[in-house]
Amino acid sequence: MSKSLLKVNNIEVVYNHVILALRGVTLDVEEGRVVSLLGANGSGKTTTLKACSNLLHAERGAITKGSIEYNENDISKTDAYNLVKDGVVQVLEGRHCFSHLTVEENIMTGSFIRENPKEAKQDLERVYDHFERIRIRKKSLAGFTSGGEQQMIAMGRALMSRPKLILLDEPSMGLAPQLVEEIFAIVKNLNKEGVSFLIAEQNAMVALKYADDGYIIENGRVILKGKAKELLERPDVKEMYLGVGAEGKTSFRDIKYYHRRKPSFS
Amino acid sequence: MIYRETGNFVTNYFKDREIFPLKFDKIIVVLGLLILYLYVPTTSEYTLSAHVIPILAVGLATVGLNILTGLTGQLSLGTAGFMCVGAFSTYNLMLRMPEGLMSLPVALLFSGIFAGLVGVIFGLPAIRIKGFYLLVSTLAAQYFVWWFFNSYAWFLNYESSGVVAIPPKMYDYWGLGNLLGVDMQGYPARYVLALTVCLALTYFAKNLLRSNTGRNFMSVRDRDIAASVMGISVPRTKLLAFFVSCFYCGVAGGIYSFLYIGNVDLMIYEIDRSFTILFMLIIGGLGSISGSWLGAIFVYEFPIVFTWIGDTIFQGAFNTAVVENVSNMVYGIFIIALLIREPGGFAALWGTTKQKLRMWPYPH
Repeated sequence: MSKSLLKVNNIEVVYNHVILALRGVTLDVEEGRVVSLLGANGSGKTTTLKACSNLLHAERGAITKGSIEYNENDISKTDAYNLVKDGVVQVLEGRHCFSHLTVEENIMTGSFIRENPKEAKQDLERVYDHFERIRIRKKSLAGFTSGGEQQMIAMGRALMSRPKLILLDEPSMGLAPQLVEEIFAIVKNLNKEGVSFLIAEQNAMVALKYADDGYIIENGRVILKGKAKELLERPDVKEMYLGVGAEGKTSFRDIKYYHRRKPSFS
Repeated sequence: MIYRETGNFVTNYFKDREIFPLKFDKIIVVLGLLILYLYVPTTSEYTLSAHVIPILAVGLATVGLNILTGLTGQLSLGTAGFMCVGAFSTYNLMLRMPEGLMSLPVALLFSGIFAGLVGVIFGLPAIRIKGFYLLVSTLAAQYFVWWFFNSYAWFLNYESSGVVAIPPKMYDYWGLGNLLGVDMQGYPARYVLALTVCLALTYFAKNLLRSNTGRNFMSVRDRDIAASVMGISVPRTKLLAFFVSCFYCGVAGGIYSFLYIGNVDLMIYEIDRSFTILFMLIIGGLGSISGSWLGAIFVYEFPIVFTWIGDTIFQGAFNTAVVENVSNMVYGIFIIALLIREPGGFAALWGTTKQKLRMWPYPH
């Protein structure tokens, strides 16, 4: 078992002092692995990622219990911009490109914390090598690029800080299936270069296909975890998240049965 | 528990739409009304003239601004200008319309309509521009109105001093005072009129919030493009918001001039009054009617109360001016602290408190 990079220990997140969003999420991103976090809308995927990168206070949320460790240091109090220096970068849901900057300027903003400009230039080339699609659009304004290109810009921007861990939030949102595959293929390539990923996704099929480990989260709790391949094989996951159920009509009680099962590790 | 939210079963659609569905709320409202109508008028003239009536006037303007800024999301700094329109048109209606046709409540209503129409004219830029640009264009309304009434002495009946004291006969109400044997120019009578107008308009605003129109306003605030895609005419909604908001401001202006200070004076409708009302709105909480009133009460009363406390504690050991300045500083710090703690203002603070009380004693 390789070294654990990011360790989320049973965190509880409360928004605005009253809304309980996460009620005990525990997960573990090992070095050099792609981990997917799956779940339906409102199950707490984004909140988990934002808790990791400490963006919750912008939405008046707070971690009330539990801890988050990165490289065995507690990071639940580290500011988001300092985390980038430590090598944790989040790619936000909905991309959030700087629409009045050109594509290249957008990507270069990611190298803001870099000290050596020469290295930044090399990294820019590396980003373009990964995302051939945006190389040809590098002079146009980011606001005028398409959704898939903006996703690539956002990921490229994140890569510029040479992260060890990328928190990727809904990369497939609003993208054509083909483009989704393309983006996940790039994720896999980057992973081979040593970047670990924690991906929050709704598209379970693709996410599990390209991931090493998977966590399924529901109502703010991790209800299932395991190797991605094993998860893919499980009949309940197939039924609920992949839409390829068992033969015939299963009764509602059978569909829900695994929800009641206690997670094995908490 | 006295205050129970449970056990409140809705059995018909009328009950479902009630403003105060809870029995306890109803009792509080009735008690509140009794206090407001029976007890408050008997308090001292000073309390009424220096605290209650001005709060009613500016609070009403805050509710008006809330409809425009809090509900529809159109920033405005023309509030004092629209209040000014209201005050001047009330005066002119009372002055120039045949006697027996106009009475103060009717004049307030019509001046509200005048102010609303002026608001619609200055709201026209809102169709095309948003945010800070709109703020600047409503600032133009403020200055234009001011210049306009300053330039045409006709509006002040050629009064050379620029200030018109309101003649007692304007408080006549068709001889109602004589009939009841009440001094209608006195502060209790003024207070009752101001209170009635404010309550009626607050009730209207509260219902507006829950109506189709109010939802249209909020949809334009939250995402105007999505609103237009849903079939809501954005220009029409924005102009309607300007009209309703400026109607409130106009009536508030009339109340301010006629029921509070008792003269029509351009100087009290300067730009800083617009800012004060905007502060009241922000501190009270955007989009909440009760918040507007809380904000108005707070902003109006805090410096007074604080100065009073300072004077009482130090017994005049310090210069009053010093106490007042310190009070202003504390006031500023308090506002900053409040807005850091709760950007939603008093309304959000109240909402969170309520939610916490619901979960008490078992918080998350």
